[in-house]
Amino acid sequence: MPHDASPLALILSADPALIAIVRLSLIVSLSAVAASALIGLPIGALVALARFPGRELTIVVLNALMGLPPVVVGLAVYLLLSRSGPLGSWGLLFTPQAMIIAQTILIMPIIAALARQTIEDLWVEYRDELAAMDVGLAGRVATLLWDARFSLVTTLLAGFGRAAAEVGAVIIVGGNIDGFTRTMTTAIALETSKGDLPLAMGLGFVLIAIVVIVNALAWGVRRAGERFAG
Amino acid sequence: MRAPLTELPIMLEDVAVTIRDVAILDGISLTLAAGAPTVLVGPNGSGKTTLLRLAMGLVPPSRGRVTWGGRTDSLPTRRAIVFQRPVMLRRSAASNIRYALKAAGVARAGRAARMIELLALVGLAELGQRPARRLSGGEQQRLALARALAKEPQVLFLDEPTASLDPAASKAVEDVIRAVAARGIKVVMATHDLGSARRLAGEIVLLHRGRVAEMATAAMFFSNPVTHEAHAFIAGELLV
Repeated sequence: MPHDASPLALILSADPALIAIVRLSLIVSLSAVAASALIGLPIGALVALARFPGRELTIVVLNALMGLPPVVVGLAVYLLLSRSGPLGSWGLLFTPQAMIIAQTILIMPIIAALARQTIEDLWVEYRDELAAMDVGLAGRVATLLWDARFSLVTTLLAGFGRAAAEVGAVIIVGGNIDGFTRTMTTAIALETSKGDLPLAMGLGFVLIAIVVIVNALAWGVRRAGERFAG
Repeated sequence: MRAPLTELPIMLEDVAVTIRDVAILDGISLTLAAGAPTVLVGPNGSGKTTLLRLAMGLVPPSRGRVTWGGRTDSLPTRRAIVFQRPVMLRRSAASNIRYALKAAGVARAGRAARMIELLALVGLAELGQRPARRLSGGEQQRLALARALAKEPQVLFLDEPTASLDPAASKAVEDVIRAVAARGIKVVMATHDLGSARRLAGEIVLLHRGRVAEMATAAMFFSNPVTHEAHAFIAGELLV
């Protein structure tokens, strides 16, 4: 990435280094959202439907975990994946996979907690009908996740927003290695510390644009789906 | 060929339902047997909906016992209910029925044909692809009826099926109920609409303050009511 180029020129010329950073950022954040959705949505649905001792405490903990500090998550994952850590033999530290793991831990509780609330609200509406149809627990979870899909898009967007904006965890477990684990947020932090504010600002604009585009696409999908499914 | 009846008769023996120290039903003893529709009438709060849920197996009795086809050890399965405000799943009308067919254990291969048959039965053949929540109130009631019929119930409970509907929509729903009853399905319906009760009932159960005030054939109930409550209810007086 040429240091003397203006942010606009970098963007307009589709600078390969910039493209690589944007690409990695999207891969890490979207992978983390996908993994978090796979884990967090069923957890949210189960907590919404099931009645078990300690449920209230589980909800409080789940909600509290939405505020997990990224640097603490980064540190915990670092300790797990470092050579002397319990998962050190996996050799994942300072790789994109480590960044995905850290971001998954960070945003899974957000998706689970928001999904729990959404599904619990829908469950109040559906409870009698599904009970009358003798639908079992697994069927109820699947039905509520499907029928709440348009509302859950917003939940996933909240997770994506957190992942895309996050810097503390990925810089610790990714190491901000040029061409390998450098994302937009870590690059912005680095360029700012080097005093290259125009480049940092340019990357910031790209990041904001991506977040806006992803949100707009998700909104469009939601509207189209609602029109079709009611 | 229809399987032998196993859910009927439904017998309630000195049943009470108490929720949060409030007696909703008390001392209810009645038998719901195969045959013409049984219509539960009575003012709001008389216990009609709770009685339907009790007979459906959705609410346990606080006292007494309920038996289905003589069984007490297992809940009924071949029964269905349409609630006063049926909730449409967020999908098309056809998908709502497909969902109910799957829940009823109908094999995938047979679902499409059965779905078309049920849509036709309730007069919604042209609206299968429309989102269920965009249907009118009357259409949603008929779709809920089709969904309830997916499991081929032996007994169908209906809670105020024509409430809030205009005369045309009410007639369409009543036509479906008649068609259902003509198929040999026992219909147990709650309503406070005396006109609807006159048109559909073979047997009337008048509930008042959680108790059976009078139970008779529809002809006897309307021509020769016995109790003060029945007289007052038929005369349109306020029964409180």
